Amino acid sequence: MEGLALLIAASLNAGTALAIAGIGLLINERAGILNLGAEGLMLVAAMAGFAVAVHTGNSWLAFGVGMLAGAALAACFGVLVIWLNTNQVATGLALSLFGGGLSAFVGIPYVQEKLGEQPQFHVPVLGDIPFLGVALFRQHPMVYIAIALVAGLAWFLYRTRAGLVLRAVGESPESAHSLGYAVRRIRLMAVLAGGALCGLAGAYISVIYTPLWVEGMIAGKGWIALALTTFATWRPARVLLGAYLFGGVTMLQFYLQGHGVHVPIQFLGMLPYLSTVVVLVLISRNASWIRANMPASLGKPFFPGA
Amino acid sequence: MLRLEPRARPSKAMSYTSPLIALAITVAIGVVLFMVLGKDPLRGLQVFFVEPLKNLYGLAELSVKATPLILIALGLAVCFRSNVWNIGAEGQYIFGALGGGWVAMQAGPTTAWMGQAYVIPVLVGGVLGGTLWAGVVALLRDRFSANEILVSLMLVYVAELLLGWLVNGPWQDPDGHNFPQTITFLAQTRLPRLLPGLRAHIGLLIAAVAVACLWVFLFRTYRGFALQVGGLAPAAARYAGFSSRQALWLSLSISGGMAGLAGALEAVGPLGQLTPYVPAGYGFAAIIVAYVGRLHPVGIVLSGFLMSLFYIGGELAQSRLGLPKALTGVFQGLLLFTLLACDTLIHYRVRWRSTAAAAAAAPLAVAAGS
Repeated sequence: MEGLALLIAASLNAGTALAIAGIGLLINERAGILNLGAEGLMLVAAMAGFAVAVHTGNSWLAFGVGMLAGAALAACFGVLVIWLNTNQVATGLALSLFGGGLSAFVGIPYVQEKLGEQPQFHVPVLGDIPFLGVALFRQHPMVYIAIALVAGLAWFLYRTRAGLVLRAVGESPESAHSLGYAVRRIRLMAVLAGGALCGLAGAYISVIYTPLWVEGMIAGKGWIALALTTFATWRPARVLLGAYLFGGVTMLQFYLQGHGVHVPIQFLGMLPYLSTVVVLVLISRNASWIRANMPASLGKPFFPGA
Repeated sequence: MLRLEPRARPSKAMSYTSPLIALAITVAIGVVLFMVLGKDPLRGLQVFFVEPLKNLYGLAELSVKATPLILIALGLAVCFRSNVWNIGAEGQYIFGALGGGWVAMQAGPTTAWMGQAYVIPVLVGGVLGGTLWAGVVALLRDRFSANEILVSLMLVYVAELLLGWLVNGPWQDPDGHNFPQTITFLAQTRLPRLLPGLRAHIGLLIAAVAVACLWVFLFRTYRGFALQVGGLAPAAARYAGFSSRQALWLSLSISGGMAGLAGALEAVGPLGQLTPYVPAGYGFAAIIVAYVGRLHPVGIVLSGFLMSLFYIGGELAQSRLGLPKALTGVFQGLLLFTLLACDTLIHYRVRWRSTAAAAAAAPLAVAAGS
């Protein structure tokens, strides 16, 4: 029982970074921008956040710097795809490759560094409930902040005027433009917000989730977050659900290992990647359903007056 | 104010000069970076761009790294031209090394009669391995319309882990002191070298043949033409009766096969055994090679050597200047980034104009452009 509670707790923790990055990418895609650079953004932010945490010991400051790093890099991407109309797929790939190289380069002095002991978090009263307390209420605050962010995004997208405009820009930029909305500026803001959230997720991974810095440590989580938006058919709450599911799959390998299941660790390590493929296959099988939910202008450039 | 104005037709001159401008900008940023790091920028540029070309040894090393880059990029060019986004070439490269490596491990006294010709089945094994792994992507895209970008990338991680399991488990060298590695492949299975004492091998010649074949395929065959129409104008391709499914399978098979061939060449060429360090990032760098080479076979040869120069320059910068090797990755990423930005100039021209004048002239520009 105790083991199950710990597994749930670890899955929520593992899913948190995916959820934050996932909703960041969701904001991008709702505005019609496909950012394949998520992996690179997260790597650079993880590096920047870890460096700040090493020097200041303040994880919140590290999150902030991670967000800034993510937003700054996303701004480069945004200018290229929104104003220079470069191919979004190619530019995103460039960002991923560049982010991987840059973070490896800048991160070299930090490879051996370690972060100080992390304080244990414990929600008063609720954390003392047997089973549920261990499973749900002894998490890092970011786990709860991620849930709040998802709720906030759902409210923003479906209950506010600005959210409606954002969705309109993603569905039909031509109509939004003719109504007088600054399509490209709105898209840039979405890219910046998405970059900042990817950055936050990256910094959370290097500062809290696996507190160390190794080259390429995001290990595909940026790509999995991209798959999550499809899995969630572009709905915030489903991104959260999917993220926890993937967190569970990631944690399952350690759980199985700990319980003497004799499968080579490499096969257990494949689980998150294979399940991403399986999920993509299951969800994409119905092509018309995906088309009905996908923002109509996703990945297409918009050039006013052309 | 800086404005972009659509050109009446894409500028041909610009599409050739844009990679050069991008390279110049990347070098300029490199100079700044060297200064920030407290190194003499001239010395840095010399180490990166001149030293590797100074002697035969350097040129041979250049060709060793350029060979897999060119082979993989040729395949990717076919994919990208047909609008199929295979970014998992790294995984297909690993599977090529696995396929070729497996065949190489079967060599023994019973195969001695084949002599050096045993390399041929090794390379076929590599091509089959890479094609198989790319075939998974094609199958999932074709049958279930699963996004090929994400699937091909996820399969890179799966291939890496599979390689790790094989060299730690069933394929491990029993006399290898428990190191994660296979046996050293027999001499019979190893690639013949071009010149004694240098690592340059016949893979370079194979790459040259591949360049010619791909050029003919893309620009002189019906299939190659159909594939590119499908990439440029899917609706037109449908109208013409070109099958998009066929294009998907064909382009993924070609790029998987090429990446697999590169992996097998690497396994029985410079490496000589399989270790967890088979994946060296060539599959990802080849994406940059393909773009910088304008998705054209001849351009890819040039950009393949350029990218190889970056690798060797990075290694030299590490040994001569004490700079981290990761610098290579920064420059590679930067080059693709600047290239994509410069490519804007193919379709648009930049004009300096005041806002008022621009507003007045805008309708004219649009009229001229359409």
